Amino acid sequence: MTEHKINKTYQQINARIRSGEAVVVTAEEIIDIVKNEGPVEAARRVDVVTTGTFAPMCSSGAFINFGHTVPTTKASKVWLNNVSAYAGVAAVDCYIGVTEPCEDDPLNKVYPGEFNYGGGHVIHDLVAGKKIHLKAEAYGTDCYPNRNIEKEVTLRKLPNAVLCNPRNAYQNYNCAVNLINKTVYTYMGTLKPNAANANYCSAGQLSPLFNDPYYKTIGLGTRIFLGGAQGYVTWHGTQHKPGAKRTKRGIPLTPAGTLWVMGDLKKMSPRWLVGASLQGYGCSMSVGLGIPIPILNEEIVNYTAVSDEELFTQIVDYGHDYPNGISKSYGKVSYAELKSGYIKFRGEEVQTVPLSSIVRAREVAEILKGWILKGDFLIGEPQFTLPS
Amino acid sequence: MYSKILILRFPKTEAEKPIVCYLAKDYDLTFNILNAAVLPRKEGIMVLELSGTKKDFKEGVKYLRSQGVQVQNASQEVKRIKKKCTHCGSCTAVCPTGALAVQRPEMLVDFNQKKCSVCELCLTACPSRAMEARPTNKAFF
Repeated sequence: MTEHKINKTYQQINARIRSGEAVVVTAEEIIDIVKNEGPVEAARRVDVVTTGTFAPMCSSGAFINFGHTVPTTKASKVWLNNVSAYAGVAAVDCYIGVTEPCEDDPLNKVYPGEFNYGGGHVIHDLVAGKKIHLKAEAYGTDCYPNRNIEKEVTLRKLPNAVLCNPRNAYQNYNCAVNLINKTVYTYMGTLKPNAANANYCSAGQLSPLFNDPYYKTIGLGTRIFLGGAQGYVTWHGTQHKPGAKRTKRGIPLTPAGTLWVMGDLKKMSPRWLVGASLQGYGCSMSVGLGIPIPILNEEIVNYTAVSDEELFTQIVDYGHDYPNGISKSYGKVSYAELKSGYIKFRGEEVQTVPLSSIVRAREVAEILKGWILKGDFLIGEPQFTLPS
Repeated sequence: MYSKILILRFPKTEAEKPIVCYLAKDYDLTFNILNAAVLPRKEGIMVLELSGTKKDFKEGVKYLRSQGVQVQNASQEVKRIKKKCTHCGSCTAVCPTGALAVQRPEMLVDFNQKKCSVCELCLTACPSRAMEARPTNKAFF
């Protein structure tokens, strides 16, 4: 027995995708469909809702196996284009994290630092097909006697390269202001003194986890758009916090769920993995990510119909509070207000600044929709869903 | 009134001669020296803002060149490398003139070069480094 009027299985939805009959719409298009036709009719008619986001996602990186040399090497330190990669994995494996700046970067010694090249830029250059200078040091063993390697590598020639991002696609994020009297340079962008601007970073109604707030269709094995190719959700992301306070519709009011995602870097594209330099803060990488939500019933379609007016976040001070570990909200604001260009804060109009590209988020959702309509992309049924 | 910032390079044979004063005396131009130095190999460099009528300006620059002075236009403009822009919007936090603004409801970042004051704050505020300052390529006389 079930409480839903419409009940579809993953297998039924995939059968419709294979036969080219599936109805696929984006998370923006579904809003009016549910408004006009009601959730039951919408769930009957629509099979998949596609979401998308494109923004700097610091907790990203790639595992790279760079192949053996003669004589053999057990690398203990590795650099890619002079950016240090973690080499304590195995003989010729390393992990390049996107926030690692290149050696000799002046960092914040010349404040605010520019951070022009880091791990995210290495990954961007790799997927762009550029040659990367690899340098490795080793201490030498009986089975791996070589102590130094320097060579040029390209993504095509690397034996393996896997994007593995431990925390992506944050379900909601703070709206940042600066309440002190000097400019601060943060991972939330440049914040002018005395709350002269309010920065935010979410695709709002297009954002993956806003469209399935209780992760009813998302878990290990969910097939996604990642960096321009097919990837997978493999776990809940680090700092995943499903217990955040929520609205009646289940929308968390503070940063909540996160995703651990993986995919074959060799298939990805430089348009969707873009090295980022955050002034005064550090290096990062903007990641294009999209999740297709299978419409299993009217409850799921109702979640996907959420609009910016119903999505809220908290205003947080990054001038004093955040660096001092003070968790304090200066008010609740909707994404519709944030996207309008101004919010009312302490009785004054404050300019809002987005950090997450809605243009690119929409493009991700559209590409994903195209893949599914063409029958190239089937919905992955999770082995288990994320903790909720 | 025509006004431009110029970079003048004097070869070491000319570095000690009074040259720029004749721009005022003979060509009716005014100038404001922004920077001047004689470099270790004795060649001179001077950055000045030169103002006057367009005709006098042209004659003045011709005179400088006849004296062996290399004349270069120092004015810059900010351009957007369209391919690199991801339309995130970060630059709109620092742009003081509204030349960089989010176009709604599409949420496209629009760059109106006419409003740009060439403050260059966007160069380092842009995470994908899509903004660049470069010398204006328009001929200055």
